[in-house]
Amino acid sequence: MAAIVRTEHLTKDFPAGFWRSRPQRALDDVSIEVPAGGVFGLLGPNGAGKSTTLKVLVGLLKPTKGRAEIFGRAPREVSARARLGFLPENPSFYDELSAEELLSYFAGLCGYSASERRARATRALDLVGLGDDRRRRLRQYSKGMVQRVGIAQALVNDPELVILDEPMSGLDPVGRHDVRQIIVRLRDEGRTVVFSSHILPDAELLCTRVGILAKGRVVAFGGLSELTASASRGWEVVFDGLTEDTASRLGGRVRRVTRITASRYSLEIEAAERPETLVADLSAAGASLVSVTPLRATLEEFFLQVSK
Amino acid sequence: MTARRIGLVAWHVLKQNVRDRVLYSIAAFALLLVAAALVIDQMTAGQDLKIIKDLGLAAIELAGVLMSVFVGVSLVAHEIDRRSIFNVLSKPLPRWEFIVGKYSGLVMTLAMNVAALTGVLYLTLFWMGSTSPDNVRMSWEAPATDPRLLVSVGLMTAELALLTAIALFFSTFSSSAMLSAVLTVGLFIAGLESDALRQFNLTVDAPVAGRLVTTVGWLVPAFSLFDVKTEVVHGLPINPGRIWFSLAYAAVYSVVAITAAVLVFSRREFR
Repeated sequence: MAAIVRTEHLTKDFPAGFWRSRPQRALDDVSIEVPAGGVFGLLGPNGAGKSTTLKVLVGLLKPTKGRAEIFGRAPREVSARARLGFLPENPSFYDELSAEELLSYFAGLCGYSASERRARATRALDLVGLGDDRRRRLRQYSKGMVQRVGIAQALVNDPELVILDEPMSGLDPVGRHDVRQIIVRLRDEGRTVVFSSHILPDAELLCTRVGILAKGRVVAFGGLSELTASASRGWEVVFDGLTEDTASRLGGRVRRVTRITASRYSLEIEAAERPETLVADLSAAGASLVSVTPLRATLEEFFLQVSK
Repeated sequence: MTARRIGLVAWHVLKQNVRDRVLYSIAAFALLLVAAALVIDQMTAGQDLKIIKDLGLAAIELAGVLMSVFVGVSLVAHEIDRRSIFNVLSKPLPRWEFIVGKYSGLVMTLAMNVAALTGVLYLTLFWMGSTSPDNVRMSWEAPATDPRLLVSVGLMTAELALLTAIALFFSTFSSSAMLSAVLTVGLFIAGLESDALRQFNLTVDAPVAGRLVTTVGWLVPAFSLFDVKTEVVHGLPINPGRIWFSLAYAAVYSVVAITAAVLVFSRREFR
């Protein structure tokens, strides 16, 4: 599948001050590809380079080295941005305008006629649940509502690619849930969503693929299930008909023994241990196998492991 | 498409300015000066019309200059400060259209204000003309509602358009609106004295300094060109060639300043 977003050896330096000749490196040789469709999460701790990457992708920053493309074009090309929607981190707008006026203005910047602008503004505000508040001035909006307006303005041109920088930042649980639902809806509509976050449970719920940045470098990249599987924590094997004596003699072969009922036990073994061997041995001792479950690392465990 | 987007950005600036109370306070300041002129009417005899014309035109110019400088330097700086620039520039809007739209919007605002204040001045002058006795009216060098006031107002508008272009230029590369304002005001004051600067080498016996100051005099915008208040108020003739030259000068210098602003802004990055 063709990549809708691509960076190749992307490096970004910022001047570190008048007296310091050595620039501060925000991105270092970042290469990622995001295919069309699905949700891609750009994860990493604060200062990892997530926002810098996204700003290069929307043309607000220029690469120092390497290249960035959306739809196969440089983001600074106007035609590339026609199919893009962008929500910056902690968005801020014109307080003196209503949400409807703001979205109508942004729709106009995307080239729509006067009659179409209002229709698009209404549609986008309805999508984020602000249809009833569309005529209120933005200065009267709560932070969560401003965030929704930010998402609405990113969708006003019906973009194929939606880039969201920390869309859940600063939101309460209800707000986060609503934003997650919007992202799921965009995914189901066939759009490509790229979002940055350091809230890992959200990423785990939404992403099909992730890239993890640490100190400006990509430390992990790929499908979420592949990444977490590669960090497998072992196996959980459940047996029925196992005696206490047999269970106690397993000793060093298992990491943890948990008694579930009188004769049912859960045994945790290391990733390197073959569950088939244990199953064969205990079946020979009269126990019957109930289940074998791989113990995968959570995204958080994986994240902590790779971003050290 | 380009004209529509530029028009939209300009309309947005105009709408924001109309809703911004700072503009109203500047307009109120100008109206107060016109009101002061009315008080002068009670205190002077014969000279009141000239004073009111002079004061009225000066008030309109001052209000316009304040607007031009302080709104002009914040046109781009404000967008950067509140980070709304991220949303605007991620849209399929070429940066040059953004700058030209911003500029056009402020020039439209200024023209509206100048027109409104000129209307107030004419109403004041009409009232004076209709209430003054014949012998006083006979002593006036020009009629009360002299249409030549519009020449002064027109040149003033051209002057403000040029000043706005310079303010916008400074705001595209400076991250501080205050610094941009200081630079713009500095250039405006130097421009008002550009005649003196250009003749500096004739008045001093220091060839290097003289040449340097004269060169500066040719580079700074010649704001003194646009001032025909004295001629208008005293009913003196104005050379039409000077009017057309001043308008052309404002147009060319503004285009140069806007082009420079576009070049700087197109290369600018936003962290």
